[in-house]
Amino acid sequence: MRISYAWLRDYLKLDIPADELAEKIERTAVEVDGVIRPSEGLKKVVVGDVLECVPHPDSDHLHICQVDVGEDDPIQIVCGAPNVAAGEKVIVALPNSWIGNHTKIKRSKMRGVVSNGMLCALDELGFDEKLVPKEVADGIFILPAEAKPGEPVFSYIGMDDEIIDMSVTPNRGDMLSMNGTAHELAAIYDQAPTMPTVDLHEDASELADDELNVTVQADEQAVPMYKMRLIKNVTIKPSPLWLQIRIWNAGMRPINNVVDATNYILMQYGQPLHAFDFNSLTKGQVNVRFAKAGEQLTTLDGEERELAATDLVICSDDRPICLAGTMGGLDSEVTDKTTAIALESAIFDAVKIRKTAHNHNLHSEASMRYERGIDHSATETALDAAAALIAKLSDGTVTTGVVVGRDEDVQPVVVKISLSRINHVLGTDLSLDTVAAIFRRLDFPTTIDGDTYTVTVPARRWDIHIPADLIEEVARLYGYDNLPSTLPTGQPTIGRLNETQQIIRDSRKLMESAGLTQAISYSLTTEAKAKAFALHASEVTKLDFPMSSERSALRLNLISGLLDDLAYNNARKEHDVALYEEGRVFFSQPEQVRPKEVEHIAGAITGSMVQTAWDTAATPVDFYQIKGIVAGYLKSLALAAPVSYVATTAHPEMHPGRTADIYVGEDLVGFVGEIHPATAKAYKVRETYVFELDLDALIAQPKEHQQYQTISKFPSITRDVAMLIDDQVTNAAIVKLIKDKGGAHLRKVQLFDVYNGKNVPAGKKSLAYTLTYQDQNGTLVDEEINKAFEKVLTALTETLGAEIR
Amino acid sequence: MSLQDRLTELRDQGLADIKSADVLKKVNQVKVDLLGKKGPITEVLRGMRDLTPEERPKVGAYANEVRDKLQEAIEHRREELELAVQNKQLAAEKLDVTLPGRQVPQGQPHVITQIITELEDLFMGMGYQIVDGDEVEEDYYNFERLNLPKDHPARDMQDTFYITKEILLRTQTSADQPRSLENHDFSKGPLKVLSPGRVYRRDTDDATHSHQFHQIEGLVVDKHITMADLKGTLTLVANELFGDQFEVRLRPSYFPFTEPSVEADVTCFNCNGKGCAVCKQTGWIEVLGAGMVHPRVLEMSGIDPEVYGGFAFGLGPDRFAMLKYGVDDIRNFYLNDVRFLSQFYKKG
Ligand SMILES: [Zn+2]
Repeated sequence: MRISYAWLRDYLKLDIPADELAEKIERTAVEVDGVIRPSEGLKKVVVGDVLECVPHPDSDHLHICQVDVGEDDPIQIVCGAPNVAAGEKVIVALPNSWIGNHTKIKRSKMRGVVSNGMLCALDELGFDEKLVPKEVADGIFILPAEAKPGEPVFSYIGMDDEIIDMSVTPNRGDMLSMNGTAHELAAIYDQAPTMPTVDLHEDASELADDELNVTVQADEQAVPMYKMRLIKNVTIKPSPLWLQIRIWNAGMRPINNVVDATNYILMQYGQPLHAFDFNSLTKGQVNVRFAKAGEQLTTLDGEERELAATDLVICSDDRPICLAGTMGGLDSEVTDKTTAIALESAIFDAVKIRKTAHNHNLHSEASMRYERGIDHSATETALDAAAALIAKLSDGTVTTGVVVGRDEDVQPVVVKISLSRINHVLGTDLSLDTVAAIFRRLDFPTTIDGDTYTVTVPARRWDIHIPADLIEEVARLYGYDNLPSTLPTGQPTIGRLNETQQIIRDSRKLMESAGLTQAISYSLTTEAKAKAFALHASEVTKLDFPMSSERSALRLNLISGLLDDLAYNNARKEHDVALYEEGRVFFSQPEQVRPKEVEHIAGAITGSMVQTAWDTAATPVDFYQIKGIVAGYLKSLALAAPVSYVATTAHPEMHPGRTADIYVGEDLVGFVGEIHPATAKAYKVRETYVFELDLDALIAQPKEHQQYQTISKFPSITRDVAMLIDDQVTNAAIVKLIKDKGGAHLRKVQLFDVYNGKNVPAGKKSLAYTLTYQDQNGTLVDEEINKAFEKVLTALTETLGAEIR
Repeated sequence: MSLQDRLTELRDQGLADIKSADVLKKVNQVKVDLLGKKGPITEVLRGMRDLTPEERPKVGAYANEVRDKLQEAIEHRREELELAVQNKQLAAEKLDVTLPGRQVPQGQPHVITQIITELEDLFMGMGYQIVDGDEVEEDYYNFERLNLPKDHPARDMQDTFYITKEILLRTQTSADQPRSLENHDFSKGPLKVLSPGRVYRRDTDDATHSHQFHQIEGLVVDKHITMADLKGTLTLVANELFGDQFEVRLRPSYFPFTEPSVEADVTCFNCNGKGCAVCKQTGWIEVLGAGMVHPRVLEMSGIDPEVYGGFAFGLGPDRFAMLKYGVDDIRNFYLNDVRFLSQFYKKG
């Protein structure tokens, strides 16, 4: 809502700078987007009097004008506008002047003739083209005859005004009008506003009822009020300049005297009005009803619209002529030929109008106000004011009487609140008088009984109906700046992370310490990516009405998002990337729409984690690097059950020979491995290693019961074993066997060499382990260890076919 | 020559030899030559047999004195030479300490996580619990229980991702607040919760819009919670995030689930309130929405608004990060360009 400061001064005595006023509005009422100064940046633009105007000898459209600009001698200006003529007062941009769009005007020659400036149209002064009246759009703007040559032009066309552009919140529909804003500012500055009065003269010889007949078929909730007036003998013409100025400074385009009058009253009262060409009505009949589904109406914008059963329509003899509260019909539009006006002032249900505006994508000044609420007590006053203004501007006559389709008994709301309640909620110590003064400034009639206020809220403030609403009024007018600043007192509570939150936070730190950077990817992805890499089979949760297939399904895995991230980096020549993500995945649950939300943690590495440096060669990442990261992380979780890695070919997106499922005890908690080359190609990434873990499952796992173990005072003994063994035999199998057969003193089995190069027969590999023995209670003797070690060697040979070397 | 004189001569010669020994090996040789079993001092001592019993102790004492003196000189010389050797070696081992250290891969937290963590810690310090609601929520909790009935204008269908008519992706983390209210046992003290998390809106992604972003919402309900408490809390948040040199202003706003509702602005950190592009020339930056919990919201959760009251606030870490670090495109947070992520290295 654009509020003209000049117009505001009709209501209130205000002399503070506009910026200060804007700041006050913002701190007390609604947000302000800014203060618009239409003349800002314009210089040396003055009134000119065209003394002489002759055709340019070398042009078929240019004129050479001698223009009085208040100096001793007139100046010569060449002008191409079709409407330039001697005797007219015009807008002159003098040499070295600044006009709209930061344009500087210089002395020039046009087809050999000197031009000392320019005669201007409104858009050349920076007017939005949408606001320029159509009748002056094609030429220069003609100023009123009384304009004084040489004076700055701004005051003649309202450009000296300052306009406060307010962004009105949905609850403050009252501020979508000059009257409402004036009431608000009156409260803020403690003034008594001068409200507009209506000076309506009815023509006693003609009764509106005789010619205009209105019925409302729609229910009372949809149409609580519907009133009309009939104005006859109107002459349609452009509005006077004062009205045009107010209209364009309010951000609307002046159309003609009737439309401008309805828009002016709309701005003034916040009450949408609609003027029908009375002669377009059938037999003077108007009826209001819900549309029939599929019914057609061509609206003012020329659009033929198919109506829905939820749309309210104004009909004449049951033929739709207007989409109620939203946009008029083309057939009943006021045109130059219109001679009589049926003027509507009504209240329509906010929800219905919102639906219609939304469905037809028609958001107008009227619909916006209906959606936010209207002052029911001003509907008829606005109708009278508009009728009076139309009659005045169009030399018409207002027939006697309001034709009432529906009326409503508007009752003010009464709200009770105590002073102690106000102070209790605000944390203040306001006095009875301070609060009473605020209600008085708001012009809310109030009685006081003890410490209780009984407040009668005028209908213009329909947003107030409970005590909390009054507390807000008191708080904002008292000033949020004046509120004390404290912290909640009362019983202390303990704030800390629960176990899950703590483990999640620790997990992030551990990942970062392992060299992975945290990514946050999109939860919504394609159906295919949502399903890929899933740890368990599940349906995908899909959006009902996605905006694109790219963001249509909730992920079942984090890896695909990380691969998207890798691809994004890859495309930008960042080939060394190590990311992890911690977040939700969404598994379907039987017979439920809502999926089960499970916390996962996943990582993806590609390229090298250590870059080539003066002392280090970059080492490309591989399976064992990502496995090391996972193993280190799992170790730090202190899980009670052992972690095992089992080769798997069950994940189609993963490399079948380089992927392991991860078990804690018997529970599958995730997997680790290289992504399948085909997957890498599809995602446009290079060789990449990933893991995904069900973090909730890990959190739920029993944790190791930790207790100190005495460190043995006795020396340990080691034995190395190197063996040639079948390629198919896994390290896990060998280690397990060694541990099973190792005896009571075997403490540790450490793999220290893997070799399958030269001198190793095909199908075989060479492995070497160090076995560490230690006794808690005594020094081990070689003989004892030799016996135990021998047992292991025998087992390896006999059970796994190892050839000890 | 008397034995004494012989010893004096040996001493002076020995000291000279020690002094001239320039490597450890020579020092050791001098030691063997002088003090060894076949050395001259031993020989002198052997010659004591021929002395009178009166002379013998005198010469003996003098011999010991000479031997000790030489021993001491040898040790001293040895230390000198060892130190010289060590110094030489250390000089040879000199490194360019400005060469980079060997890399240890180190990741870092996402900038959004940094902000969330910072606020979580701040509020836990004030006794708040952290709650993580579901991202897939019921319409009923996301809207209706927050005083946004089906036909409410503030509830634009365009803005919400629905899965079915009744199930949606939460548009605000305050969707979890009705549950917190319902489940809280007020006999155990006030309700103080902070809900950080992902939220979703039906928006086309561009520089300032993202269909996925984050929110942190706080809620406090007790018997006597005031708007002054809200003001103090919001000031604390603003100071935590932007520094305490900035002013905070509250101004009226509108949210269906609070009454009164306010927005909190902080003095523009970029221009200190003078007006610039960051603050759109206003000198203020809008950072928080807040208000006193609407009585309807309490009622719907079975809490008597005559007895209990509270405040709620919400803020967007994405927006914070954009403002604080001058990030000009919100999509940066979700594309995970390592050159972007690596710029925010802080607490997490
Ligand atoms: Zn600024």
